Amino acid sequence: MIYQGKALCYGDNIDTDVIIPARYLNTTDPYELSLHCMEDLDPSFKEKVKEKNILVVGENFGCGSSREHAPLAIKASGVQCIIAKSFARIFYRNAINIGLPILELPSAVEKIKEGDLIKVDFINGIVENLSTGEKFETKPFPQLIQEIINKGGLINFAKERIKGGEL
Amino acid sequence: MGLTITEKILLKHSKNREISPGDLIFVKLDFILANDITAPLAIKEFKKIGAKRVFDPEKIALIPDHSTPNKDIKSAQQVKEVRDFAREQEIKYFYDGGKVGIEHVLLPEEGLVLPGDCIIGADSHTCTYGALGAFSTGVGSTDLAYAMTFGEIWLKVPESIKFIYYGRLPKWVGGKDLILFTIGKIGVDGARYKAMEFTGEVIRRLPMADRFTMCNMAIEAGAKNGIIEPDEITLEYVTNRAKRNFEVLDSDKDANYSEIYEWDVSNLEPMVAFPHLPSNVYPISEVTNKNITLDQVYIGSCTNGRLEDLRIAAKILKGHKVNPNLRLIITPATPLIYMSALREGLIEIFLSAGAIITPPSCGPCLGGHLGVLAEGERALSTTNRNFVGRMGHPKSEVYLSNPAVAAASAILGKISAPWEVEVKE
Ligand code: SF4
Repeated sequence: MIYQGKALCYGDNIDTDVIIPARYLNTTDPYELSLHCMEDLDPSFKEKVKEKNILVVGENFGCGSSREHAPLAIKASGVQCIIAKSFARIFYRNAINIGLPILELPSAVEKIKEGDLIKVDFINGIVENLSTGEKFETKPFPQLIQEIINKGGLINFAKERIKGGEL
Repeated sequence: MGLTITEKILLKHSKNREISPGDLIFVKLDFILANDITAPLAIKEFKKIGAKRVFDPEKIALIPDHSTPNKDIKSAQQVKEVRDFAREQEIKYFYDGGKVGIEHVLLPEEGLVLPGDCIIGADSHTCTYGALGAFSTGVGSTDLAYAMTFGEIWLKVPESIKFIYYGRLPKWVGGKDLILFTIGKIGVDGARYKAMEFTGEVIRRLPMADRFTMCNMAIEAGAKNGIIEPDEITLEYVTNRAKRNFEVLDSDKDANYSEIYEWDVSNLEPMVAFPHLPSNVYPISEVTNKNITLDQVYIGSCTNGRLEDLRIAAKILKGHKVNPNLRLIITPATPLIYMSALREGLIEIFLSAGAIITPPSCGPCLGGHLGVLAEGERALSTTNRNFVGRMGHPKSEVYLSNPAVAAASAILGKISAPWEVEVKE
């Protein structure tokens, strides 16, 4: 699980209403949701994300409601992974459950600038800024969570448990 | 090193031999729940998993409380989806029609959530049941689908913060004021990911209703769960209700806390949260002189729609009239509370004062129905959230308070202290 791409940076307390406004919640189709992702915060997000697809954000990312539409919209926009100073609790769960890789690494967030080329190694918990040569480390996800993310989310993880004869 | 009550409950429900904060573990669940907003999505995901039956139809509650009695065709469809699923899966605790109550008041009342339990719900205020000494937290719909299938869920073991309250609470001051005061001190993300454990002599004397109110709003400080160690007051509440066995756990003396806050609350006043954050709080003495006039007062919700709350409101409203410039809306949180309020004469007091009584429902709390605010309107509400547009138009305003302040304000037409109204016996 190694991702490489350019950084797209935003600040603190980005709430789920900004990630996907309530007026678009009449669908659960990820593609449709992605068309409106972040539009109240940055109307050019859709364009930028084509080139810079590693989100680098501040504190409390995804605070607010428990809507799963928020990580779904981000994932369908083509974002590979998110590095944050911190995530709001339910967003954190939801992201892992739908197979969107996320990492909390405040020291990296402070140093990374928009457009920097970033390499994220989830297995070992290492973020490398290839543009500056800086390296940041954190505790990698336990195997279980890596497994959930690798399988593309909790539903696939569940399907395999069933196939494995668990039910 | 000892363990906190939260850690003990999680350890007992996991396969691990030991756990510590930050560990990711799987826990077995004693009970799970969803409502008419979150269940339809969870049902869709459950079907994707491909399981035929839920893990245990007696450990799931489905409560269509948000938009019922069905407010429009779309919500009627959603409730129908939940009803069809409940029938097909023979879900034992599906509440419909006149049985619907607000989930977080109904389940404790029914004795379905108990001390020592590990519970998740697809609703952020699932943290309410911590008042019983349970571990209880809100999750998304995919989590719920997984839990419906396997009866377990993955969790990160939270660090705990201890809040110790000393002294004696003054008149008209209760759990709502304690929690608003606390959120005001630590902020809306002051307890992010963490367990908030409430204790101290004030909590030990605090009635269950107030304990529920406090744990209910733990999420408003970003917490994973709120929790109170069970004592005689808990057991008195639980004993005749419990539908199954339960286990009383407590925190070890040498348990580890990431932070400890200690406050003497003997001089605490009723607190009011100003728009648009629950942490934006002021003591009532700094509010009454501001002449904040109101268009609506709401007494209800999973925070303050219990019988005890209605009694406080009735005490103040008795013999008075609702100010002609505003609407007072009152929601008994469950059918049983409604019935008790009727028998005790509270409903008559409310109707004589000119209040509107709604059926048990979330309706006004989330700006859904039964009392939605227009542009520019201002409400005082006993609920838990005052975010932009929470109770209606994005340009409306919500202030939060306890039921006594709400009732007094409904009489005087502006945010007022309970002692400004003459109590008529
Ligand atoms: S009363 Fe309000 S806060 Fe409580 S469950 Fe209903 S909508 Fe949510």
